[in-house]
Amino acid sequence: MRYIEEESVMRNMGKRLTKNKLWKYLFMLAVGIALASLVVLLFRIITQGTEYLTWDFLTSFASRFPEQAGVKAALIGSLWLMLVVAPVSMTLGIGTAIYLEEYAKKNKLNDFIRMNISNLAGVPSIVFGLLGLTIFVRMLDLGKSVLAAGLTMSLLILPVIIVASQEAIRAVPNEQREASFGMGATKWQTIVRVVLPAAIPGILTGSILALSRAIGETAPLVVIGIPVILQFLPDGLLSSFTVLPMQIFDWAKRPQEEFMFVASAGIIVLMVLLIIMNSIAIFIRNKFQKRY
Amino acid sequence: MKKWKYLSMTATLSAALFLAACGDDTENTDAGAETEEGTDAGTEEAALSGEVIGDGSSTVAPITEGLVEEYSAAQPDVRVSVGVSGTGGGFEKFINGETDFSNASRDIKDEEIAELEAAGIEYTGLELAYDGLSVVVNPENTWAENLTLEQLKAIWVEDGTTKKWSDIDPSWPDEEIVFYSPGADSGTFDYFNEVVLEEEELVNSATLSEDDNVLVQGVRGDKNAIGFFGYAYYIANEDSLKPVSINGVEPSGETIASGDYTPLSRSLYVYVNNEAVKTDDAVYDFMKFTLENAGEMSELVGYVPLNDDEYQAGLDLLEGLR
Repeated sequence: MRYIEEESVMRNMGKRLTKNKLWKYLFMLAVGIALASLVVLLFRIITQGTEYLTWDFLTSFASRFPEQAGVKAALIGSLWLMLVVAPVSMTLGIGTAIYLEEYAKKNKLNDFIRMNISNLAGVPSIVFGLLGLTIFVRMLDLGKSVLAAGLTMSLLILPVIIVASQEAIRAVPNEQREASFGMGATKWQTIVRVVLPAAIPGILTGSILALSRAIGETAPLVVIGIPVILQFLPDGLLSSFTVLPMQIFDWAKRPQEEFMFVASAGIIVLMVLLIIMNSIAIFIRNKFQKRY
Repeated sequence: MKKWKYLSMTATLSAALFLAACGDDTENTDAGAETEEGTDAGTEEAALSGEVIGDGSSTVAPITEGLVEEYSAAQPDVRVSVGVSGTGGGFEKFINGETDFSNASRDIKDEEIAELEAAGIEYTGLELAYDGLSVVVNPENTWAENLTLEQLKAIWVEDGTTKKWSDIDPSWPDEEIVFYSPGADSGTFDYFNEVVLEEEELVNSATLSEDDNVLVQGVRGDKNAIGFFGYAYYIANEDSLKPVSINGVEPSGETIASGDYTPLSRSLYVYVNNEAVKTDDAVYDFMKFTLENAGEMSELVGYVPLNDDEYQAGLDLLEGLR
């Protein structure tokens, strides 16, 4: 008995190899298209922006003269925004995820809540802007302040943090929890000492990626009516402020071509900020993953 | 293993960068404090402090930006912040009592007046500058050099047909017109709607954009395109666009200021909250600064200044509110 029909293998081999190659090149093409557009975009922005990207650009306020314009107010404003968004969204988000994964019973109501949180993650950001305008800016009378904008942005990224944290918590093997219970630990002790340490890389990575989204988002802030023309730094949570994406948006709308270049320089600053945040996410993930 | 090292190195490096950036903040504020002291010594007027909040038209924004920039050098402790929500969006916040002043590229509407009355807010409109609404075509367009107001309306009003240049004048090419118009939230659109369309519907095929640069690019790129926007955008792109004369008058600084370029020249306004001017020295002082310097500033950014008497009249009005 022959196990391999050499003749038919020979006959089919060429076809298989071609197919194999075809798919490989198709996938490479997909990567290529994605990368090429990114490279073109980056190239354009960097060639346009570098000329204006000087130390003065970081340390001066916006100006009607493109060569004197800077991102000081916007950059510091974005950092202030993070000061509100990070603690608020992470506390609420991780808390919700712990409740849903560790405490909530599997019933219809909780399934409904879970489903809606995932849906919430897909709601257009402008809707959160309207929510923020109605509740924080007008009802709570916080004005167009760092606090109002920060709370709005926190709501925007909350679903993303919840979903990411849920995934991370779910990934902790049940055996570990059972072992902890078996040793006589309470639920709270198990969560703090077993589940969270194991889940923290995932939680932090998800949270920081969500925060990066908040730092690049414009639409909700446009709806709230964050000013773009100002010449001061925020001095507290209730102070007016502006952020990088708003400033870039404003520059990009100007009639003078030079402001396009200034906008590009602003984009580079925003990108560097995003790269820093994402690197921190990667760093945290790697550092903590080593222990488990 | 190599990959891990690389990743952690990137992370450390960026953390270092981040820290450096943070260090920079404190330096910035120090530098800011120094310049503040410097200018304080230079100004004769008493140093004011407080907050002035404004919002409104993106057409007026370049003037305001220049004013805020100059004013913050003169009065560093007055925190002026101005949003750019468009004339309508600005008035919405003004009616809500959220702003001290609102920039507008058109007169206040009757319904806005009614809402202000309902909210118990008294206001005063001050003229800042003139702006010519420029109708532009592609430089390759050799036919539509001069349009009458009726032709302009015939071009822009929706009438259920596909518009061709030859529909307007049989001697013009039998090609479809491509439209570019500012978005419906802008005062520029409102103004055009009022004086040209006379409240009839704008042609459906028009590309609407709140970003005037999109309109400039659009008209620049299509031989059969027509668009309209503020005079400043035309001046900034003079080489690549062709202005259309309206009833034989081409938009220019002179024709706009003299009123010959009618009806497409308009006034730019700032509406102030009377109460804020009366009770808040900072608001009053900033508005005074605005009227004193609006002429120079508007010329710098491509608009047409009023004459001195008109600014003086505005200042008198403002003085009367105190």
